[in-house]
Amino acid sequence: MTKNITLNLITGRTIQQGVAIESGKEKPSYRTAAGIIEMDDADFKRLGLWKNTNVKVTSPHGSVIVKAVESAQGPNPGIAFIPMGPWANAIIDPNTYSTGMPTFKGTPVTIEVAINEPILLGIELVQVQCGVKVG
Amino acid sequence: MTKTITDVICPFCGTLCDDIEVLVSDDGKQLLEVNNACVIGSEKFLHSQAKDRVTKPRMRQEDGSWKDVSYDEAADYTAAMLAKAKKPLMYGWSSTNCEAQSVGNEIAEISRACVDNTAAVCHGTTLIAVQDIGLPTCTLGEVKNRADRVIFWGCNPAHAHPRHMSRYSIFPRGFFTGKGQMSRKMVVVDPRVTDTAKMADAHLQVEQGKDYELLNALRVAFRGEWLPDVVAGIPKEKIREAADLMKSGRFVIIFFGMGVTQSLSKNHNIDIAIAVTKDLNEYTKCSIMPMRGHYNVTGSGEVFAWQFGFPYSIDLSRGFARYNPGETSSIDLLARSEIDAMFTIGSDPGAHFPISAVKPIANMPSVCIDPHMTPTSGVSKLHVPVAFNGVETGGNCYRMDNVPIDCRKVVEPPAGMLTDEQFLVMVRDRLKKLKGVA
Repeated sequence: MTKNITLNLITGRTIQQGVAIESGKEKPSYRTAAGIIEMDDADFKRLGLWKNTNVKVTSPHGSVIVKAVESAQGPNPGIAFIPMGPWANAIIDPNTYSTGMPTFKGTPVTIEVAINEPILLGIELVQVQCGVKVG
Repeated sequence: MTKTITDVICPFCGTLCDDIEVLVSDDGKQLLEVNNACVIGSEKFLHSQAKDRVTKPRMRQEDGSWKDVSYDEAADYTAAMLAKAKKPLMYGWSSTNCEAQSVGNEIAEISRACVDNTAAVCHGTTLIAVQDIGLPTCTLGEVKNRADRVIFWGCNPAHAHPRHMSRYSIFPRGFFTGKGQMSRKMVVVDPRVTDTAKMADAHLQVEQGKDYELLNALRVAFRGEWLPDVVAGIPKEKIREAADLMKSGRFVIIFFGMGVTQSLSKNHNIDIAIAVTKDLNEYTKCSIMPMRGHYNVTGSGEVFAWQFGFPYSIDLSRGFARYNPGETSSIDLLARSEIDAMFTIGSDPGAHFPISAVKPIANMPSVCIDPHMTPTSGVSKLHVPVAFNGVETGGNCYRMDNVPIDCRKVVEPPAGMLTDEQFLVMVRDRLKKLKGVA
């Protein structure tokens, strides 16, 4: 059985994500900035994971491949952070509980190593999930 | 020769910095350098000069490729789509000016659309709370000149509003805050040790999603009543210390962000944050302000409220404005597949909506009006690139404290490119003809 750990996922802005969206969401720099999951050092050790390795993040609402990096703003054991964007939105809880606002923060997710799986570019990821034919 | 344009407004975040200096070529066609802006703002100005920018509207073909079309053809498609749709959704508006928003509202009224802005995934729950309980707020000028206790609750301005602290909240030397940061105490409440939290005099590392409990505990601490040993992961001594710190200020300002609006409890988190503000006013002066994200999301709320009576999530399908978040809000409408055409302008729901709300967009007639290539343009049938508002065209915008500021045009858009407003006027005029409206 593949080893995995469960963390509490929150999403939000980082300055790198802000720069990347303004410089072009079609570019690889957007993936570098937002196609990541920030985890605490202790959680890396718990999972037995090398830093900067691709992981599969799964929630009851979907799954996505992102790169696991050490939290730039930590320590925060037990909490994972994916910058706002299509990678986070593939797995966050879409329930609005009649407020119109999805639950972007506080989705339980499991992390497992997916070292050979590719991380898609931002626009590509959304197109693949939506089944859009691209010429 | 080049020329420097001073006092330019930055069209990125709700801080709407108004001290940017831009160096342009003598013919006004090239933007060469940006000074004073944060790294995100600079990138926004400079990206307008990208050589690979899309300059013509594009229609998605059967085989998935794009075909360039004229603005006339794009306006024809958009007007026909809106005229035919039973319940179109017109979403976005936060990265365009109030003039364009107003034309958009005319279109929405004629086509009996649902209209919504990015508050849907930002401060929508704040707006619900404000309607429930009110908002004792102030301007950023008052914060700069008076605030000596600054609370950042569930927000991270070091990343999301990079110049907020240097222009208004922490560092500037104001009339009554002559020593700048020395005259202020900073409290940050965040489950992560964010770069903002690292600067704080006190950081309350709240358990994620337990903001309501902690805010409630602060209300108890203000009154000196009994508290459990630990609330939301914070020992009671620390809560009492923070409460005393807040009470001892001459002017307290609470800034709050997505940490409270997007966690469970949502609008109730804001309800009680506003109640904390009200309580503090029994001891000192206290104001509260949402940290608005897009540079003109506030303006969109203002224009909606002025023209339709509600700030977001408006349903005009019955011929009059209805507002009921959860029913008339974009994410819920999309998730329930209740709409049959998608019109997006000045925002990117493809990247920032949960994927279950993006999938329906790919299967319906859709238009994306955006200068950039985005996940939304990637799933839309028609992509209409327009001039960058605040860079290549001016227009009115509202700062996060509801102060209107006119953005400035600093450089010419590529030849032949229209602004949001010009394109919307084309759509409106065509739609009027199709619908037989005078």
